Amino acid sequence: MTTTVEDQPEPKAGSHPSGDDRFGLVDKALKRTRYEQHALIEVLHVAQDVFGYLDADILMYVARALRLPPSKVYGVATFYSLFTFEAPGDHSCMVCTGTACFVKGADDVVRDIATEFDVPEGGTSSDGRLSLTTARCIGSCGLAPMVLLDDEVLGKLGSEEIRQRIRDLLATEEEVA
Amino acid sequence: MPERRTAVPVTFDGEDFEAYDDESVLQAARRNGIAIPALCYLEGLSVWGGCRVCVVEVAEDHRLRPACATPVKADMEIKVHTPRLDSYRKSILELLFAEGNHVCAVCVSNGRCELQDTAVEVGMDHVRYDQQAPARKVDASHAKYVFDHNRCILCTRCVRVCDEIEGAHVWDIAERGAGSEIIAEMDVPWGDAKSCTWCGKCVAACPTGSLFYHGKAVGEMEHSADIIRVLASARGKGEWLSPEVSL
Repeated sequence: MTTTVEDQPEPKAGSHPSGDDRFGLVDKALKRTRYEQHALIEVLHVAQDVFGYLDADILMYVARALRLPPSKVYGVATFYSLFTFEAPGDHSCMVCTGTACFVKGADDVVRDIATEFDVPEGGTSSDGRLSLTTARCIGSCGLAPMVLLDDEVLGKLGSEEIRQRIRDLLATEEEVA
Repeated sequence: MPERRTAVPVTFDGEDFEAYDDESVLQAARRNGIAIPALCYLEGLSVWGGCRVCVVEVAEDHRLRPACATPVKADMEIKVHTPRLDSYRKSILELLFAEGNHVCAVCVSNGRCELQDTAVEVGMDHVRYDQQAPARKVDASHAKYVFDHNRCILCTRCVRVCDEIEGAHVWDIAERGAGSEIIAEMDVPWGDAKSCTWCGKCVAACPTGSLFYHGKAVGEMEHSADIIRVLASARGKGEWLSPEVSL
């Protein structure tokens, strides 16, 4: 089950003692799981959905609420690759590097995107516009090489075509802005 | 009313011994004076089973079992030394030495090191694997102690002793696989860790030169894991504050 910011009702401004109402959504998850220590991972998922990433303040907030040692919470959060500790970019680009996509040149796709948009693999570009991640098999090997650009699935495209789609996406956003 | 323990017969390398049914294979062996090398096991702490140095064979199958995490059963035929086990233990030690930066000649624990002693015990005289030579940090921010991650073998003795005996849980393991490391609190420098009580149990428990006192030079650091054993289990054994035990 995933909870997104959109699913949650808008909290009243200034209703959380920390001054950041997003913690109210974390509180809700804590209460729903009755502050059980074994619900740590579930609460961390909610916190990441709410904030977009986890930082030391958020982890410490969860650790205090669940009465867990900070090092334990930090250890759990860093163990799982689905938790991220940097703010994500405006757009995300996930390239599948599973076996079929590898055969179809996923490595080149990743390298080309990283070079053209100056974004490190597994990181975000310095202007915060694009995040590049890789995944091990999304399960649609018939579409190799597969790329997920935000929520759009791009399949069977070459490196140049994929990069054109990213250019278009980043360009439309700039026009709006 | 404590449960009664039952004595059961077992054999170690073909010789008959008596073990108790609430013991692990490692405990039974050590009580009977049979040496099984082990690094992550420390009496009085929970069993981790991570170092795999204490692997033994049990006659019923040919699986390797960690002696520290295998309960004794009646009529168990345990093999401690076979050519296969001896070569595996050697390989494990070589891998540990290749993974970190274990340079005995410049280490504070040289000559008084459990890792070094275990390597000698299993007959490891050289490393056949490529040295990883990782660039790890040295945390000297604490006023009393130093943590040199280059010498850490991730046995988690410090993590367990801090959690289970001291109750502070300053340490834990962060990241995973080859990137794993011991961290204090939210990966803060040790000196900034507010939950640390300066008790020094982690330093006492460390089997390598990873944790040591400030100001110790090469070969000067002596760890005393026995203190942990006394703190954790002496009272139950009736050894508490007996004249032989001096802290």
